[in-house]
Amino acid sequence: MNLDISKKTGLSLGFGGMLILMAALFNLLNGSALLYISLCMILAGIVVYSFGEYTGELSGIKNNEVWFKSVSSKGVVAWILGFVLTAFYVVIYWFPTYLGLNRKGVNTGLVAFFDPLSFALNGHGASQWFVYGTLYTVAILGFGVKFILKYRHSNYQIIRTLSVMFFQLAFAFLLPEFLAKLNPDLDYFAKDLKNMWPLNYYFFEDWHLKAMLGGGNLGMFMLFFGIGMIFLISPILTYFFGKRWYCSWVCGCGGLAETAGDSFRQLSDKSVKAWKIERWLIHSVLLFVFITTVAVIYSFLINEKAALDPKLFLVGVILFLGVFSWYIFKIGYKKLALDARKGIYWASGIISAFLVINMAIGNTNVFFIDSYTLRSWYGFFIGAAFSGVVGVGFYPILGSRVWCRFGCPMAAILGFQQKLLSRFRITTNGSQCISCGNCSTYCEMGIDVRAYAQKGEDIVRSSCVGCGVCSAVCPRGVLKLENGRVEI
Amino acid sequence: MSKKIVIIGNGVAGITTAIELRKISDCEITVVSEESEYFFSRTALMYVFMGHMKFEHTQPFENSFWAKNNITLKKGRVNTVFPEKNEIAFENGGILSYDYLVLATGSKPNKYNWPGQDLDGVSGLYHKQDLEYLEKYSSKIKKAVVVGGGLIGLELAEMLNSRGIEVTFLVRENSFWSMVLSENEGRMLEKHILSHGIQLKLKTELKEIKGKGSVESVISSDGESIECQFVGLTVGVSPNVGFLQNSSLKINKGILVNEFLQTNIPNIYAIGDCAEIQQPQPGRRPIEAVWYTGKIMGQTLAKTLAGQKTAYIPGNWFNSAKFFDIEYQTYGLAPAKLNEYQGEYYWEKENKAVRIVFNKENRVFEGINTFGIRMRQDFFEKVLNRKESVDFVMKNLDKANFDPEFFRKYENEIKSNFNLQNA
Repeated sequence: MNLDISKKTGLSLGFGGMLILMAALFNLLNGSALLYISLCMILAGIVVYSFGEYTGELSGIKNNEVWFKSVSSKGVVAWILGFVLTAFYVVIYWFPTYLGLNRKGVNTGLVAFFDPLSFALNGHGASQWFVYGTLYTVAILGFGVKFILKYRHSNYQIIRTLSVMFFQLAFAFLLPEFLAKLNPDLDYFAKDLKNMWPLNYYFFEDWHLKAMLGGGNLGMFMLFFGIGMIFLISPILTYFFGKRWYCSWVCGCGGLAETAGDSFRQLSDKSVKAWKIERWLIHSVLLFVFITTVAVIYSFLINEKAALDPKLFLVGVILFLGVFSWYIFKIGYKKLALDARKGIYWASGIISAFLVINMAIGNTNVFFIDSYTLRSWYGFFIGAAFSGVVGVGFYPILGSRVWCRFGCPMAAILGFQQKLLSRFRITTNGSQCISCGNCSTYCEMGIDVRAYAQKGEDIVRSSCVGCGVCSAVCPRGVLKLENGRVEI
Repeated sequence: MSKKIVIIGNGVAGITTAIELRKISDCEITVVSEESEYFFSRTALMYVFMGHMKFEHTQPFENSFWAKNNITLKKGRVNTVFPEKNEIAFENGGILSYDYLVLATGSKPNKYNWPGQDLDGVSGLYHKQDLEYLEKYSSKIKKAVVVGGGLIGLELAEMLNSRGIEVTFLVRENSFWSMVLSENEGRMLEKHILSHGIQLKLKTELKEIKGKGSVESVISSDGESIECQFVGLTVGVSPNVGFLQNSSLKINKGILVNEFLQTNIPNIYAIGDCAEIQQPQPGRRPIEAVWYTGKIMGQTLAKTLAGQKTAYIPGNWFNSAKFFDIEYQTYGLAPAKLNEYQGEYYWEKENKAVRIVFNKENRVFEGINTFGIRMRQDFFEKVLNRKESVDFVMKNLDKANFDPEFFRKYENEIKSNFNLQNA
């Protein structure tokens, strides 16, 4: 088959599918058949295009013309795409009525267009989030195939990509919908097993805790599994494999970045300045979500008169911060820079002081701000604006991992574990580095990999998500992702 | 007063000297370059042309790094060195004095007085300016001829090929890179080169370049006329020492240096491609124009300049390259043509190959070429330093593997094949 033809066919299919969605948005089209046809067209379009793009050539690194193409080098196409994506996110988060969402009556437009699929999967009508989740999944599946074809010489990339595709389709998309269908009477609570706190920042909010507690066996399972993920499963897996087990193998945000975002990975800023901003910003978000969560749990315990004494909870938090700071001071100090350690001590100290004062005067707003206010700020600034609008909307300008790098509190926690406790590192093959810069250029997290490689040093960075692309693009075979030292 | 060190050349050798010296000394350091303002990775120029990177990505340090580390960068072409006055003179008339001078001027591409070699559309691939020329000229190129069957030639062929240019690749020898690779290794790579659509012509030399003003065709040694708009001359490099010819420095092909990288003038040193070692270590060549030796020389010289006189000991030979999609690494010495006392073992499968050379008498491992399978330098460093046998290497081959996780492993196949050959 002529490859140009298959690329053109792919583009026509993809844009054709999107045209149907546009028509549905303006209530011009309707019907389940059209919905399925449009989704299949988009999916098939991406796949057919990718076959045209990659299968005509021998397998190998496919980065020719990356910096010449407008879409992947911040050209006009990139800015247009960034604008469209950003607008889409703004509408989804704050103006869903434009998509046809009608909270009081019957949905219209795009949301109504997705009703047939929503009913089939979960027994309810669609919401803007269902539309979003479906398109998100289609994107990961379609561009996942593209990524696999692009890196078909690398089993690591193939298996990793199949993993993110599977977790998105099964765990993030299908399973929660099925579970909702099987338990139609329960209040909403998150059923995505892999979406743990603090990425899922509402996990400990009162309405969510209540929904889980009132959610029968499934609710209790989700509650215990969620807590087990945070404190047990995740640290153990991170110890053995690094944070990559989550960030580039399982996570949905990571999944989109690795597949649909792959064309933009080279846009991440590698400057020292960007690194400085990153360190402050991501840990500030972590601090923010920590404070919010403590406040939210505290008010929940007070309001619900739960079995756990609210003061005991605060003592527990202080103890946790104390143990963590002590660990950094005594054991982990070699692995963290001075400013990072100071940040930890100060943050722990100030939070603890607040909690102690609060206990002494018997205040119900643990940080002197209403917990509802705190969490609505977090939801607006971090949950919506940062992770959604900036995180994905700015893909074509700032690169695909802006959220993961600068904002995700989950990544910050896993980063601590990776830096302090994990066996994972990227090793450098002796003195073989030629300082070419491919590794740094294609690091989506903006790590200057070359700076370590050219000195023959291992790379142990809390931000590394272990995507393995630095190792793939290295023309001299210098970099290898390893779970511990290999004895030779 | 602190010592004034002037380094001519901001390639890997000169820059490594500057950076390593700064770590251990507070002397004045000035690096002079005609080619570029800042240090860049020469080996990465091809990726700029292919669109993998922008030029700034080839610069391993941020522009602010140099001032922060108090390393002065000076752009300009040095015309003359006056050893008796401890001064260098620039083309534009400036003068710079030094206490110690480091010559790290690199190479220049060879040209063998072919008719037409100075036409428009004829270029080597070495300097940043060569890349800029090629970029500017590339829109005029539909067909190109690359002359010279080595690494740079193949890289240039790959670059041109990436822009959809039809490339004819003239290789003088009977097999690809036969100076370094055995015939079966060369054959495997030739197949790969052909599969990328390159017209490979072995045992063919350039006779003449024809054109009025700019290139229109070349005549090969077979008498064939090949139409083209660009000719890449990549028939090796020579030390870039022309501007020193009238000085009192002793020069053969390169600037002659002793084991401390010192020239015949005590406060002048030479390192990298432009240096010629008078008494090289056994098995090593006097001039080794590769990235790694330049870097090691820079590291060595920095110590000497800081007062810890250190001899240049290059260690075990290693090198690497990439031929289109096939990565190549070599550790120790695995010569193209075996010596009398040497034996070899060769395994090949689907663009992957391993060739191991050993001493037939005592079975000591001497060197390995590996294609398409990444192997650990640390492992072979140990093997070579301890003079382990080829049988030890075979037994522990899986420990040498440096391929990414989940890659297919070939060690068992290689081992059983080896045992069969040695039964």
